[in-house]
Amino acid sequence: MVKPQQKRSVADKVRKSKTSADIKNNPFEVKINRKKFEVLGRKTKHDVGLPGVSRSKAINKRKETLLKEHKNKHKANKFIDRRFGEYDTKMAPEDKILQRFSMERQRLHDKKDLFNLNEEEELTHYGQSLAEMEKFNDLMDSDSEPEEKGLLSAELTASHFGGGGGLLRRKSGEDKGEGPRAKSRQELIEELIHKSKQQKRERQVQKEETFELTEKLDKDWKSIQTLLANKTPKAQREDPQQDKPKLDEYDVMVRELGFEMKAQPSEKLKTPEELAREERQRLQRLEADRLRRMRGDVGESAPKAPVHLSADDLNDGFILDKDDKTALAYKDGKWLSGEGEDAGDEGDDEGEGEEDESGEEEEEEEGEGDDGGDDDDDAEEDDSHSDLDSEQESGGEEENEEEEEEDEGGTTPGVSLSEEEVKAQQEAAKAELPYTFAAPENYGEFQALLQGHSPDHQCVILARTQKCNHQSLAVGNKLKLQKLFGFLLEYMGDLASSSPPELTTIDKLIPQLYDMGQMFPGAASKALRSALADGSHAMEEELEGAGRAAFPALDMLVYLKVVALLFPTSDYRHPVTTPALLFICQSLSKCAVTSLQDVTSGLVLCCLALEYVSLSKRFLPELLNFLCGILHLAVPDKTSIGYSVVPPFRPAGKHSDLLLLSSPQSSSTWTNHTLPLAMTQHLELTDHLHRDHHRMTCLSTCLDLLKHCCLLYKDSHSFTAVFQPIQTLLSKHLPLQTHPEVLQELKTEILAAIESAPRSHNPLVFEKQKPIPLRMFTPKIVEVLDYGKRRGNTKEQKESERTKHKYKKEFKGALREIRKDNRFMAREKLQETMSRDSERKRKVKELFGSLGTQEGEWKALRRRKK
Amino acid sequence: MAPAKKRNVCSKTTSANTAKKAKIDPIIQVQQIIDSRKNANDVFDVLECLQSEKEKDVILAINACCNLFVALLERKDLFIGKLIEEETMLTGEYNAQDKYSMFMRHRYNDCVETLLEHLVHKFYGVKESALVALMKLAAVEGQYPLEDLDWSEHFSFPRTLILGVVGRLLSKSEDTTMLISRFQEYLEMVDVRFYVMSSIRENVGVVMVKSKGEVMPVYQNNVFTLLSNINMPSQESELTNFMVKQKDKHSEWKAAKLNEHKRTFERMWLGFLKNKLPSNMYKKILVILHDSILPNMSNPTLMIDFLTAAYDVGGAISLLALNGLFILIHHHNLDYPDFYKKLYNLLEPSVFHVKYRARFFHLANLFLSSTHLPVYLVAAFAKRLARLALTAPPESLLMVLPFIYNLIRRHPSCRVLIHRPTSSDESCEDPYVMDEADPILSHALESSLWEIKTLQTHYHPDVVKVALKINKPLSVPEEDIDELLEITNFELMERDLKATKNVPLEFEPARKLLQGGGGILGQHFCLE
Repeated sequence: MVKPQQKRSVADKVRKSKTSADIKNNPFEVKINRKKFEVLGRKTKHDVGLPGVSRSKAINKRKETLLKEHKNKHKANKFIDRRFGEYDTKMAPEDKILQRFSMERQRLHDKKDLFNLNEEEELTHYGQSLAEMEKFNDLMDSDSEPEEKGLLSAELTASHFGGGGGLLRRKSGEDKGEGPRAKSRQELIEELIHKSKQQKRERQVQKEETFELTEKLDKDWKSIQTLLANKTPKAQREDPQQDKPKLDEYDVMVRELGFEMKAQPSEKLKTPEELAREERQRLQRLEADRLRRMRGDVGESAPKAPVHLSADDLNDGFILDKDDKTALAYKDGKWLSGEGEDAGDEGDDEGEGEEDESGEEEEEEEGEGDDGGDDDDDAEEDDSHSDLDSEQESGGEEENEEEEEEDEGGTTPGVSLSEEEVKAQQEAAKAELPYTFAAPENYGEFQALLQGHSPDHQCVILARTQKCNHQSLAVGNKLKLQKLFGFLLEYMGDLASSSPPELTTIDKLIPQLYDMGQMFPGAASKALRSALADGSHAMEEELEGAGRAAFPALDMLVYLKVVALLFPTSDYRHPVTTPALLFICQSLSKCAVTSLQDVTSGLVLCCLALEYVSLSKRFLPELLNFLCGILHLAVPDKTSIGYSVVPPFRPAGKHSDLLLLSSPQSSSTWTNHTLPLAMTQHLELTDHLHRDHHRMTCLSTCLDLLKHCCLLYKDSHSFTAVFQPIQTLLSKHLPLQTHPEVLQELKTEILAAIESAPRSHNPLVFEKQKPIPLRMFTPKIVEVLDYGKRRGNTKEQKESERTKHKYKKEFKGALREIRKDNRFMAREKLQETMSRDSERKRKVKELFGSLGTQEGEWKALRRRKK
Repeated sequence: MAPAKKRNVCSKTTSANTAKKAKIDPIIQVQQIIDSRKNANDVFDVLECLQSEKEKDVILAINACCNLFVALLERKDLFIGKLIEEETMLTGEYNAQDKYSMFMRHRYNDCVETLLEHLVHKFYGVKESALVALMKLAAVEGQYPLEDLDWSEHFSFPRTLILGVVGRLLSKSEDTTMLISRFQEYLEMVDVRFYVMSSIRENVGVVMVKSKGEVMPVYQNNVFTLLSNINMPSQESELTNFMVKQKDKHSEWKAAKLNEHKRTFERMWLGFLKNKLPSNMYKKILVILHDSILPNMSNPTLMIDFLTAAYDVGGAISLLALNGLFILIHHHNLDYPDFYKKLYNLLEPSVFHVKYRARFFHLANLFLSSTHLPVYLVAAFAKRLARLALTAPPESLLMVLPFIYNLIRRHPSCRVLIHRPTSSDESCEDPYVMDEADPILSHALESSLWEIKTLQTHYHPDVVKVALKINKPLSVPEEDIDELLEITNFELMERDLKATKNVPLEFEPARKLLQGGGGILGQHFCLE
């Protein structure tokens, strides 16, 4: 045990004496961890190990910590390091030194230097005594910098850039002169330093000399300056001109080329945002222009003197508050300076009060029939501008009066445009809509924005609102426009449910709605879905409560149509159209048919349903049930029917004769025409004739829809089963003899279509399955894409596995460390006991030795005595 | 102290009474009558108050009367035994005590008569307090019987009084649902319930004989309300809550036996049901039949006539009768000829649209769960359901398609319906006869379920998904129908509405309201 220990300590000693490079180069010190595979691009930390180094490091560390602890084991005393701030890491080392220094000075000062008058300390700057520096009176100018900085001596260059080469070359040169002895590197460097110092000294001396010389020259110059004072500097000026060398041809060419026109960069393509911004700016400009014209500010279009631009002007083209007043006053001193402003004031003060009057005036004007088109627009002008309009109106009238007066007077002031033109322009301005709109925050605002405008204008308003609030212009605009879609939809619903329903307006607004829907599919689908959910929920509640539900109102029908316009109806599953179709079918199967109005609503729903499936040819049981039920309403004899009627229709009873004609004669006067959609809401049929006509129209619609269905489902497997009741009904129970020929033709067409449909089908079989492959004996090769990683685990599992692994590693490491600690301690203890033992042995030996000599001496003495 | 004070007040009021009779306070008068026989004649005033116009006065008087006669009954001041006519009583020779008690007994009868009339009073408050007073009197009368017990077989119970109350509750002209629900608390008492049941039977018998089997909606509705309010005990030990306690012979009392209860209950219902009923009443009865009527009858098989009659009515009533029949067949070994044939004929397009759809299919599933059914029958059911599915709403389809699949799973020989491999590509017409009432003759087994093939193009994606299952061999485990029974259209819709993925858009720009979709709407309708 002891020997290797000693060996090791010897080895350590040796190692300590060596440099690290030596150790690394010593093949006996290095342990190379053999790698199984060479992986390119992977760096490994532990491919080379230095076991000796790491062992000695570990032992040293233990000696510092464990051994110290062991030695201090039963000792109560402790070593405390009282150096100031020794363990304070927060303190900067400079501070520490400063503090220690001042403390030491204080300590010294306290006792000895109490009565010491002489100041012994010396102030220094960069290690040089300040006192000495003060003595040094060489005042160097700032401009005369030491030249050595920019100096490039051959030696320096050689040593800097030539590297060792220069040195070597010179060395070889020196070798020749001095002999074979080679200088060491140390000597070379010393020499170099020595030389440079010498040069520096020389330069210093030279500079001093120059300085002295300059001073001397200055003195001389001052003495002769007065003599030179009268001399003109002309000759001096002429000299450079004469001296100017003739320009080189090449240079001339270069200059010329430099001044030549370069290719201008073309205007770059604009991004949508920029386009939107420009569009808005254009609209703003137009709006400002319009407002100005509306106020009667004419002639501004004439070439203007450069307008003063304020420093605050953003140059964004918004010039709403252009110097109107002065312009007014200037243009027509008489009427504009007075009344124009007055009108403005009145507008502020009593705009509301004037509204009535102005309204009357407008009406009067309409009565006169000046300009029909414009008047319409006047009536539909935005509320917020009605004040202004009215002022303009009154202003205009007064204007006329003024004009007349002026005409009487026979003086025509210098107005650039005639009064008629002014008036016409004002009218046009009134008719024009504002160009900018703020996006409405709630539905009330939205309604106020659109109400009172013609459908076309409403479209324009919407378009402009969209452009002014384009989503790329501001952060919140997207949200605003998304809301706008909801408002527009609600507005359409309101239009549809007003009486009479304003369907033409809705029709006009459809493109806007479509565009917005394209822009914000999410918001559009959300709005429509909530409308559908509300409708369905209301119907469900009605069914729960009363057991029957009314047909959806016209606004719901419009929504359903809008869904079909905005979203594809042929999708297998669509978040909007599928619920919409479900809603239609729910209405068709749940809503009780109690009046002709219900029949009409139902037929509209049928049309919608057919439109929904016209592309996808999906099967709609409810549609066929409903159409069959509608036909059933027209069957005269309901006692023995060979078909079954599906709810909500009943084989017989109240409301089951809704479509029976009251008199057969009415069919002669009937003409087929399309029904207005409004009939689903307000069906006012006063006399029998009208009612019969409506019945026949409904029947013809129903038959036509059936014809569509026949075409749609003719390839269906159970076509016959589906259309069998309809066939029975049409052929046996619905004679239609009293009905117009159109209906009879439709009937025969349908019957023919049903007859012609293929009746026989192949029996059902399962789809052919892929044959199960035979078992093979070739190995199954699975592609593994991530080697070395555990697959098929979730993130948590992986994490826990990683922690487990880490724990295991740490645990093992800790165990190993503890073992090593124990081994170290055992070794130390053994060493201790051994040293103690050897000491004891030595002492015992000593004692024995001294005793032996004593005895020997004693014996010798005794022998001598004898 | 209180009586003294009252007397003082009383003297004052009596003096005032001479001027205004209307202001008599019945409570005080009643106190006087109870206190002294001298004031016996004041009872007329009190009874007159009962006829007052004002609701408040009448209620006050009713309470007063109730107090008076309760006190008198407790003192046994009323004549016991067979009562003599009032005129003869005056002429006859009786002592003063007897005369007084006879007089009071006559007044008591008057009072009860008036109270019974008040049960059809126009004010609900009056009705209610009259009912309460009557039941209180009945309770006291039961305690202190007015008839000789020796020759009465009914032990001591005010039968006539209860009969009167029941007769008024079952009004022929007016809906008494409110009063009956008030009356329900008395029906909790065992003996009251027993005698009420027998009274109802009597009453129904009398009234129905008079009406000669005509339908009387109001009356029958009242009877039904009262009947459905009767909660029968299920065990003998629950018979504890009595209004009148019989001192001896309690165990022999009919009202204390559960069997007697059941018998009375049964007779009461049978008596009610043997008459012609309005159709909505049919439905109501059939809805509660299986869980509140049949278990409480001593012999449920007696219901078979009613149930078969209902089963033959057709439509929703038949569907509902199925439940009762099921219990009879299942628990009481009823043999019903042609049951499945009738069940087969119940399958109409309307089964998918009625309210009782879930209940019907639950039962149909039970009936058809037997694996011992002949194949032709099961095939006929499957084919017919498939044919009807062509008219069904999506929520029903989601239920009926798995239903059909389950039938095919249970009866593997029915697999030919969805898988009939043939040698050549021969196509055939559907041999199934829809109009045939007999499943044997319907040729269902020779057919295929082309209807489900059609439903594979249904508009609702979920239905399509289910319908597509017939393209492959069905999986072995049956699907649980019960979860699918209660799906509603609204649920389907909610499911679709919740899905918020990316929304595809129509690419064809919309410029007009009536455009698109082949223009069918525009063809038939215009904007203005």
